[in-house]
Amino acid sequence: MLAAGGALVATSASAATPLRFDQLYGAWTVEGLRFSAEVEKLTGQEVAMRGFMAPPLKAEADFFVLSREPMALCPFCSSNADWPPDIVVVYLRRQATPVDATVPIETRGRLERGSWTDPATGFVSQLRLRDAAFRTV
Amino acid sequence: MRRLLATTALLGGLVAGLLPGAASAQTIFPINRAEILAGSRFDVKVEFAGVVARDALRVTLNGKPLDEAFGKAAEFVEREDGQAASSLVLRDAVLATPGRYVLQASDGQNTASVSWEVYAAPGQRRAQNVILFVGDGMTVANVTAARILSRGIEEGRYRSTLAMDNLPRMATVGTSGSDSIATDSANSAAAYNTGHKSAVNALNVYASRARGTLDHPKVETIASLVRRQLGMSIGIVTTAEIQDATPAAVFAHTRRRNDYIPITDQLLAAQPEVVMGGGSASFLPRSTPGSRRADERNMIDAFRQAGYVFGDSAESMTAAAADPNTRRLLGLFNLGNMDGALDRFYLRQGTVGRFPNQPDLTEQTRAALQVLSRNPAGFFLMVESGSIDKFNHPLDWERSVYETIMLDNALKVALDWAANRDDTLIVVVPDHNHGMSITGTVDDNRPGTEMREKVGVYEQAGFPNYPAADARGYPPRVDVSRRLAVFFANFPDYYETFRPHLEGPNVPAVAQQGQANRFMANERYREANPGGLLREGNIPRSNAQAVHTVDDVILRATGPGSERFQGFVDNTMVFRAMAEALGLGR
Repeated sequence: MLAAGGALVATSASAATPLRFDQLYGAWTVEGLRFSAEVEKLTGQEVAMRGFMAPPLKAEADFFVLSREPMALCPFCSSNADWPPDIVVVYLRRQATPVDATVPIETRGRLERGSWTDPATGFVSQLRLRDAAFRTV
Repeated sequence: MRRLLATTALLGGLVAGLLPGAASAQTIFPINRAEILAGSRFDVKVEFAGVVARDALRVTLNGKPLDEAFGKAAEFVEREDGQAASSLVLRDAVLATPGRYVLQASDGQNTASVSWEVYAAPGQRRAQNVILFVGDGMTVANVTAARILSRGIEEGRYRSTLAMDNLPRMATVGTSGSDSIATDSANSAAAYNTGHKSAVNALNVYASRARGTLDHPKVETIASLVRRQLGMSIGIVTTAEIQDATPAAVFAHTRRRNDYIPITDQLLAAQPEVVMGGGSASFLPRSTPGSRRADERNMIDAFRQAGYVFGDSAESMTAAAADPNTRRLLGLFNLGNMDGALDRFYLRQGTVGRFPNQPDLTEQTRAALQVLSRNPAGFFLMVESGSIDKFNHPLDWERSVYETIMLDNALKVALDWAANRDDTLIVVVPDHNHGMSITGTVDDNRPGTEMREKVGVYEQAGFPNYPAADARGYPPRVDVSRRLAVFFANFPDYYETFRPHLEGPNVPAVAQQGQANRFMANERYREANPGGLLREGNIPRSNAQAVHTVDDVILRATGPGSERFQGFVDNTMVFRAMAEALGLGR
């Protein structure tokens, strides 16, 4: 799996490497998560992730949260406490109309890792997709 | 379940004794008819409708000027939070002598007054220890279903009873708060821990008009009192995040229960001897993936520096508790809420794959008792089965029933521990109700394609065919052909599948497109469940889940002081009975 992913990246730099939610973190512990070898390797490269768009605050957004499962609640509306730990923040290349939280989507963007606080919202994330676009699948 | 709660700025208590024409009279905290334990600390606050001149104020307690009555000066705030309204605040007030007190506040034009009862234990201390078990959102139906699934029923008689069935004292408990007949876990747990009634979302504070969530008038918890006055140890054991409302009510003070980071910091300041549950995310520095903090403090390290032994699994917790030198124990077993018994033992859903070594509530209770009983001065221990509520909210009754059985198993550990002592008051109480009820059974072998036709009512219900419980007290399967038919009184739009959710906890409703606060039935359950039923919700569409109900809940108790519980009691009586059993206020 790992080797196949590496070969794909090596042969086709412009193609997005598929990355699944269960590949994001190599270890889950009470004292924190650790990035997986795949994430370490793919950082800075174009990846494709499938998931669900958490209900955004605005009708038009260039920023949304990609989650593994459809989010039942709008986490922005309650508290950070409601977010699952394995989310990915997506920064879109251009604004788009959000899709329903139950519709599976595929997002492509440049993978960025490490703690980062969004200056506009104060939202803290560990993994982001930059210059991203999405489509329903 | 944490819920989106409107933080209303002004939820003042009812003020009796208003003089005629006092439409904009003062609001006073503690509120009218408050019951206050003699010697306990509380903040007094008088909120005036507008800006008033300090020298026009006349605030008295039983006719004496306030400062004189409390032996300390109140702070006058001319413009509270920059608003055109004045307040008078007196922190850490104490009334040592039982009796009736009337606080009257006049701004020269309007006068308002409240009356308080200050009480003390009628006799000497009778309980060395107090253990408070909270079944969060535990309904009568939860207990009945727990007995059916765990003990079995044949020709109308149960094969045996639950541990909680055998406690000698019972009472029905009113759970309403000062703001509403319907309460939440913060407000109701605060009543148990302080004896004061407050508002939804509030933890051990009165809901004043203060802007800051940490600036509201505080009231003292039983944990603080027993440590300060009796040198007792404090234990907090839960399956929820340790910052969740019920465990936080043992130590925290905030108007907003979702203040998880301030609550974590208050936990460190309070330093209960035993702390066990989920919620490590709020302990981790921001740069650590999984953290929920906005700063770089590592709170697990801070606890270690304060002398705590840290355990992150059943094994490390048990080993730490067994060490006779362990006096302080921090056990955190999940980043978020711990998984429930049905998932941990049988279905392996939820986060069990990521956190496979979470302890059971019985093991947590046993470890807590081991550590706490090392203090000869006694202890106060709160044990919560938090996910009874977390699974009743999404209508996932099988999971909530397994959490009820787990609570009963943990109670059994405590009853066995206390069996030959007669010095430990044990109380088991829900904090509020849910609209859950058992209608009969669902029998897959009944005729029809629509699942509702398979619901057996009256004599067609018969008895369910769950396999006998295993050594842990749970049936190893819930997907049987004749199972309980359980429905809820209130619900969002959802698909009723008439089947257990083996794939993971139920998510009845999801947000509608572009409308973050409007929920619709979760379509994932439609095609997978032929014969299922779309039920149109009966509560506002802003609710993604079922909400608490207002019905009384059933309290059970044993040990010295438990005789206080009989008939109907208010939720504040839980605090009062514990305080009286400990001889407080004298």
